[in-house]
Amino acid sequence: MMEEVKEVTSTLSVDGHNIKVTEVLKDGETLTFLIVSLKLSSTGEYHVDRTYDDFEWLQQHLFSQEDVPGIQGVIFPPLPAKAQVNASAKVMKQLGFLGLEDWQPYSKALETFLRQIATHSILGKNKAVEIFLTSSDPPGRQRVRKNIFNRLSQAVEGMRKEGHKDVDEFFQTERDHNLVLAGGAKTAAERFLDVVQTEQKIAVACGHFSTALHLCVEPGEDLNKQAFSKLCVKLSEVFASMKKNITSVAENNVSTLGLGLDLESRYQEAEKEMLFRRTCKLVELETARRNAEKAKPVKKAAVSVTFY
Amino acid sequence: MATSSERSPPPFPDSEDQDVLDSEEVGGRDSDEEDDGDDLFMSATNAPLTEMDSPLSPASQPSEVLMKPPTDLMDDPIIEPISSQMENQPVSEVVNESSDDFVDLTNNLTDSPDEADAAESAVEDAAKDTTEIPLDEPSDDFVDIFGSETEAPPEKVMEEDVAEVTVEAATDKSEVASSVTLPPGDGETGSEEEEEEEKEAKTSTDPIIDLSETQQLQPASHTFVDPLVDLLSDSAPTADAKIPSRATVDLFEDEGSDFFTESRQTKSAKQQQKSLFGELDEDLFGEPLGVTSKKAVNVEQKDKPVKTKAATTDVSNMGGPLQDINPAEPADLFSEEAVATVPSIKNTSTVNSKTNGVNSEEEIDIFAEATVELSLDSPRDERKKDVSDTPSVSAAPSLSATASLVKPMPAALEELEEEEEEEEEEQEDKFEVFVSVKDPEKIGDGMNAYMAYKVTTQTQLPMFRNKTFTVRRRFSDFLGLYEKLSEKHGPNGFIVPPPPEKSILGMTKVKVGKDDSSSADFVERRRGALERYLQRVINHPSLLQDPDVREFLERDELPRAVSTQALSGAGFLKMINKATDAVSKMTIKMNESDVWFEEKLLEVESSDQHFRKLLALVESLVVHRKELSLNTASFAKSTAMLGSAEDNTALSRALSQLAEVEDKMEQLHQEQAANDTFSFAELIADYIRLLGAVRGSFDHRMKAWQRWQDAQAVLQKKRETEAKLLWANKPDKLQLAKEEIAEWEAKVTQYERDFERVSATVRKEVVRFEKEKARNCKREIINYLECLLQSQQQLIKYWEAFLPEAKAIA
Repeated sequence: MMEEVKEVTSTLSVDGHNIKVTEVLKDGETLTFLIVSLKLSSTGEYHVDRTYDDFEWLQQHLFSQEDVPGIQGVIFPPLPAKAQVNASAKVMKQLGFLGLEDWQPYSKALETFLRQIATHSILGKNKAVEIFLTSSDPPGRQRVRKNIFNRLSQAVEGMRKEGHKDVDEFFQTERDHNLVLAGGAKTAAERFLDVVQTEQKIAVACGHFSTALHLCVEPGEDLNKQAFSKLCVKLSEVFASMKKNITSVAENNVSTLGLGLDLESRYQEAEKEMLFRRTCKLVELETARRNAEKAKPVKKAAVSVTFY
Repeated sequence: MATSSERSPPPFPDSEDQDVLDSEEVGGRDSDEEDDGDDLFMSATNAPLTEMDSPLSPASQPSEVLMKPPTDLMDDPIIEPISSQMENQPVSEVVNESSDDFVDLTNNLTDSPDEADAAESAVEDAAKDTTEIPLDEPSDDFVDIFGSETEAPPEKVMEEDVAEVTVEAATDKSEVASSVTLPPGDGETGSEEEEEEEKEAKTSTDPIIDLSETQQLQPASHTFVDPLVDLLSDSAPTADAKIPSRATVDLFEDEGSDFFTESRQTKSAKQQQKSLFGELDEDLFGEPLGVTSKKAVNVEQKDKPVKTKAATTDVSNMGGPLQDINPAEPADLFSEEAVATVPSIKNTSTVNSKTNGVNSEEEIDIFAEATVELSLDSPRDERKKDVSDTPSVSAAPSLSATASLVKPMPAALEELEEEEEEEEEEQEDKFEVFVSVKDPEKIGDGMNAYMAYKVTTQTQLPMFRNKTFTVRRRFSDFLGLYEKLSEKHGPNGFIVPPPPEKSILGMTKVKVGKDDSSSADFVERRRGALERYLQRVINHPSLLQDPDVREFLERDELPRAVSTQALSGAGFLKMINKATDAVSKMTIKMNESDVWFEEKLLEVESSDQHFRKLLALVESLVVHRKELSLNTASFAKSTAMLGSAEDNTALSRALSQLAEVEDKMEQLHQEQAANDTFSFAELIADYIRLLGAVRGSFDHRMKAWQRWQDAQAVLQKKRETEAKLLWANKPDKLQLAKEEIAEWEAKVTQYERDFERVSATVRKEVVRFEKEKARNCKREIINYLECLLQSQQQLIKYWEAFLPEAKAIA
């Protein structure tokens, strides 16, 4: 393990813990993310701008590594779903927390994704990561389409093999557990999103109430009126600060527990994928065995003949 | 104390006067009761400060007071404010404020010279009292002195009253009568309630002393004492009290300033007092702490008052500062006090825990003890209740107050609200009547079912037969009352407070018997609305005098109100709208002579719109809050599930803890939603209704004007006919025409006068309405903010408790 870690640092010229997605730029329909990473060798920084397609390219590149030992057993850090400007309600629902607040949580999620990859003992070694983080030119985008297709077919296959019983008890329990956790994390994240959204609504309502209270102020010399107006103004201030409070509560909820739950839920999905890859291999193996079994009686005679 | 008053041979007039008084008290009390709440309270307010001042310089007794022991000095100030009443009150207040009040005191004495000699005699009397009592029970002597002091003054008052029976209002006498009854041994049937008040007076005299006690007890914990003092000073301006003491300092802070200076003095005075009463105080304080149980067992007649005094003294520690600025506290001082205790305890304790973590626990304990002691009073209360109609409520709140201490937050909060409300109400005006609508109960089944409410009235007014009475009323009775009142008083330009509308949907739900939260919510909202409605009616000086109101409050069986259907739901609204239309139509016709009315009408219209908008917004806020509560609940559930699925023990634990916290959050959100509803939505809905009534009164003014104008037109016509007849020279008809003209002239003047009268009433009513509005809103908003603060503090507590769990995950 130590060796691998060393290799990582030698391969990657940036500090994996210090990658930041600092800005989101809206360019028509596409979102461009400005990625800043600290150089390991000197004090400088790399500034690159990447679109979502570039991220996808990186992930696919990582998926398609064949020659690395143990790559099949890696839980790939999950890449958030594609963000769209003016996305439909369905997409927004899928994005969950990441779609809130002008893509700030989204870039946070991307940042986490990059950090996870860069600090990963196997994935960090990949050349593509280095290119993605340092090269000022955007990496090729033409391969993306094919990879998406790959994943789609994988998903179809998944339906068939999901229920396959594992031979190893550890993996079977792990799979069951993963299923429960993935579901749990997903619902929790969704519920929490509801909470946050309601909080935002309350903030808005408080804001409205505050403004409406301000309108209640009655001009006049009358003492009672002045008292009442003062009440209104003060109460309006109270509600304004309540609004501020609940807004920041909502914000904090998103950036802490919300993002955490979201990441958890996506990671569970990634783990599921990894386990699924193993299941696929298992299925392949079993099919091969069965074929071999079938072949045995037929060929047995021939084999024995040749032997003896 | 009774024995003492009998024993001491009063120098001059008192012995026979007492008799006179006793007889008079029976007769005179009833008629004069309405005032004595005020007076008493004045005495109560003045007493604490003067009393605290008197021990200031026990050695340097002014020559005027001569041979009086310090206790007498204390008595004097009490006498004066009572006897010299209103005019003297400011003076005595000044007295309180100035540190060298002795001079002022004497001034006061000379101010009312005829009182002086009476007072002196009284003083002697009291001196004897005080000296005697310690002999009787040397162990308890501080308490006794205390008791005697506070009891003695009334006696003197009595004498004094007698000396100038004619001069003094009988109010004092009734009060005096109460003082006579004060000694429990006497067992007089007379005004027990006053007795309570007397005690209340005592309690309010004590806070300062108690404060000093606490200081003595814990000399090290200055941090504690200071917040307490602060609290005292803060709470002086009743309602503003708690708010400034917490976060929102700038809200209404301006009112508190002069009280502040007062309490500063208090502090300084306290020091001397400490030296005077030093150990005794400590004794007193020690007692409730340690010997609670013993005392609880001890129920002897003789000991009891002493104990209760001790208890109340302790209580006033916290409750007093809140109350002693209360100018009028008519009905159930005692229950009031009991209620007051818990919130204020909580108050102090929160301040405590904030300022010094070390002592806080202990302090809370002490306070807790104090309330436990308080519950000792309630049996006594009940005993009294047997004799006269002491509010049965008084026992209950005190008990519940004690109970609520166990889990203070929600209960205390409610009580805090209640208490605040009452206090505020009683603070500004002299409210002689307090009405509560309680225990909604479904009667009957199916669509014929209806809700009945218990209407309890507490009053000091002589116009009612009893001090407390309860009747059962159904919703339509309330509507019927409104109908009668608006028929009678509406045309005169009075703003008759409208009851809540009939709600077919809400009531149907209740009738069908769905026990869901929405129908309970509905009933509770309606109950609150009815209570506020009734309170508004009886707060109105003219409406209170109405026989129908009295009948509604007092009579056991009310003739079934009919045709309230007209007022139900949509019909009611329609009526208002119609009225509005009519008004607007008439405004076109009427060239308004008075700019004031024109402006007011516009204002009413605009504020009506504003209120409607606010109501919509508050309701959406409530909806969101409820949604949040629901969502939080489901999140809590899914978190719990996640937690149970999680392998990592620490994480799993943290997740289930989080689920618990979220569950509590849900509760909190729910409470907040309810709070929003009851504090704001209901308030605003009330005002929308009231504004409708205001417009109604404008409408009636308009009608009066119309009548006047019509009459004028008729008169004009008659005059024309007369001229014609004159011209046509028909003397026989001329005579008739002349008569008619005279008749119509009279009518015109009559109508004009009517119009003027209605205008004046409307004007007065609108001003009153605005005053009430500002005050009422203030009170409700303070309530609301307090609840908000509480819930936020609770929230912080929950999260703080969760923090270590979260930290333990790693």
